[in-house]
Amino acid sequence: MTDATANQPSNSTGKTSLFVEDARTKKRNAAEARFKFYGMLAVATGVIALVLLLISILSQGIPAFSQTFMRVNITLDEQVLDPSGNRDPEEIAKVMTFAYDPIINNSLQSLADELSAEHPEVTASALQGMLSKASKGILRSDVIANPDLIGQTVEYEFLANGRIDGYLKGRVDREIAALDGNVTPEQLDIADTLVEAGKLEKRFNWDFITAPDASELRPEAAGLGVALLGSAYMMLIVFCLALPIGVAASIYLEEFAPKNWVTDIIEVNISNLAAVPSIVFGILGLAIFINYMGLPNSAPIVGGLVLTLMTLPTIIISTRAALKAVPPSIRDAALGVGASKMQAIFHHVLPLAMPGILTGTIIGLAQALGETAPLLLIGMVAFVNNYPESMFDPATALPVQVYNFTQRSDPAFVERASGAIIVLLLFLLCMNLIAIILRRRFERRW
Amino acid sequence: MLVLWFFVLLIALCAVGYVVGRSKASASAGGDLSTLHSLLSYHGWNVALSTFMAGTLAIVLWSFISSFFEGAPTIVGVGIAALAALAVFVLSYGRISRDYRARNFVEGLVKSLLIGASSIAILTTVAIVLSMVFETGRFFTQYPWQDFFFGATWSPNFRGNSDLGMLPLLWGTLYVSFIALLVAVPIGLFAAIYLSEYASSRVRSVAKPMIEVLAGIPTIVYGLFALITVGPMLRDYFAQPLGLGESSSSVMTAGIVMGVMLIPFVSSLSDDIINAVPQAMRDGSLGLGATHSETIRQVVVPAALPGIVGAILLAASRAIGETMIVVMGAGAAARLSMNPFEAMTTVTVKIVSQLTGDTDFASPETLVAFALGITLFVLTLGLNVLALYIVRKYREQYE
Repeated sequence: MTDATANQPSNSTGKTSLFVEDARTKKRNAAEARFKFYGMLAVATGVIALVLLLISILSQGIPAFSQTFMRVNITLDEQVLDPSGNRDPEEIAKVMTFAYDPIINNSLQSLADELSAEHPEVTASALQGMLSKASKGILRSDVIANPDLIGQTVEYEFLANGRIDGYLKGRVDREIAALDGNVTPEQLDIADTLVEAGKLEKRFNWDFITAPDASELRPEAAGLGVALLGSAYMMLIVFCLALPIGVAASIYLEEFAPKNWVTDIIEVNISNLAAVPSIVFGILGLAIFINYMGLPNSAPIVGGLVLTLMTLPTIIISTRAALKAVPPSIRDAALGVGASKMQAIFHHVLPLAMPGILTGTIIGLAQALGETAPLLLIGMVAFVNNYPESMFDPATALPVQVYNFTQRSDPAFVERASGAIIVLLLFLLCMNLIAIILRRRFERRW
Repeated sequence: MLVLWFFVLLIALCAVGYVVGRSKASASAGGDLSTLHSLLSYHGWNVALSTFMAGTLAIVLWSFISSFFEGAPTIVGVGIAALAALAVFVLSYGRISRDYRARNFVEGLVKSLLIGASSIAILTTVAIVLSMVFETGRFFTQYPWQDFFFGATWSPNFRGNSDLGMLPLLWGTLYVSFIALLVAVPIGLFAAIYLSEYASSRVRSVAKPMIEVLAGIPTIVYGLFALITVGPMLRDYFAQPLGLGESSSSVMTAGIVMGVMLIPFVSSLSDDIINAVPQAMRDGSLGLGATHSETIRQVVVPAALPGIVGAILLAASRAIGETMIVVMGAGAAARLSMNPFEAMTTVTVKIVSQLTGDTDFASPETLVAFALGITLFVLTLGLNVLALYIVRKYREQYE
């Protein structure tokens, strides 16, 4: 009892127990809690930013994958399309696109007649405005491909106009339509009627992924085919050039290079190149590959070369890390049984480092796939609607196509830009997953 | 096309070389392969690689030399290269004998290839500098450099007589970068501190990859985010009610979105640096009775400060060189203004706009892009070198 009294802390702050906080401790603990809260807030902000970004892109972009089609029975009039009646494809090809106008109009007239008994607002001219401007071109190329169709009545599914498509997707309403010169509120009423009659339908649209770009007036027909092909060509070039060059450079720097000023310069150079703004590589491509070497504008070969130079530092840095991770005992063992240094590296070190090298390469490729700025400067932003047949033909790239879509005035292109981003992100996701799987399954720890 | 065929034939020749080289070496051994100095495959590779390198080298040299002469026909170059390849083929085939050190020769060739590959990094830098220096030189013969560096108006006019002062562009660049750093540095730094000092391993294993995903998203995605979401939101909820502007593309839009892009950059760099601070320093501070946050603020962060400053400089260099976010988010009007809700433009935006479309490489309006490019290159290079210097100096203290 007396001991306890004697051990009572007696100090000037008047503190009685360790379990009772005095004012200063309270302040310090509050500061501690605040600090921790700031940290949590920062992490949460980062995560929320990511979620917002994805939600914004997904909600805008998912509608781009479906498209509205109008079902029309077209009577392919032999008198117009093939007056001589011999079904010669060359003669049919001479019939110009505008000759298909009356054919479509007649068919729309019969559709209007069919429906106008119950719905008097349905007229052929209103229906005509609801079809995509691409319809006659599609019809013509189909007839040229299958001359036997002439003279028959065939059911076609044409793309609906971008505004009608927007109405079915909830982007366009009657208020907007009243202000819009391209669509009237009556046409939206007709669209409702057609949906009821089963003539207008929204469904998944493969053409968005495979079709080439379309002009500003036909957002409903614009697709990513050329861009995907262009990006694929460029990735092929980057993979075939950057991987061997990067691995060769890393092997030299990591295994052979003597420590002298030349090696130092190369090392500093590589770390600086990794931080050079990407647009500077675009200037390089324009000045060296196009103006000096005379390679064609907008071609995937130039884009591929520029992206190769850009990804080299990334690949070199990760390859060197992978080579460094192989323990020296492997080299020593190989040298000990009489292998030359070159044999030790190529037969033993390199295969063991390969998973790490491939992981780094895939990450470098993913970076290259999303790069936009340098490609703008080498002319890949041009409007291209023919599939490139070789690496020297004009093409676009997926991210550049996104930029291209955003530069157009029709709001339907915003949806397509976001849709293209979803495709891009899916590719990046797959590449990163492959990299993660490679790392998980093949990476060895010593 | 001719060159393509040349390479197809060259590769065929190399394949032939491999086979005949091997068989001659095998014949020279006279049945007992162990009397050969090198393995059979090295004799094959010797012929194939020498031939390939001779042909390739000849064609590269020819294309370099012929660029100085107008109208040199490709067929001559291809012919010379083919002759060189054939000569080397015959020569290396003739040298094969039982005692020929084919392995040493092949390894020498491979090593020279490796050296060649690593010199590409230097060649790239040289090409970057050369491609911009010459055109910049031409620009300054047509336009006075004082007006470029110190002019306060930017109004290019494709009929001539344009004002190409860089200051408004530089101002826009620095303003956007400043806002981006204002967003990214506190968030990135606090996120790094929380994740490395406070978070349980479960939280860390979820939150860290999520933040790092932000770094893997291409800048075009951020650009679109700025264009369709952040820009209109800032305009409707901040700029218009406050009467600050009517434009959805503004310094603020680009700055905030770029800040989000830089968060993972700052946080992962700072994370590494904070983890490199020795545990003994933390233990010492905690042992003296400091709270966790006091330890971080007064011991860990000061110790990591040089590294953190380096990380911030690297982030600044990223921000200055960023293109797509500002192209889509900041606008195109060159302006010297303090209002962050107004559209301004940056150096990178103007490089893009002056070099896309139909360009005439003789007019100062196009050439100015190269001068802007070299300014950008020097600016970011300076920041990078400074950052690397600071980081390297800091590392020496603890290792």
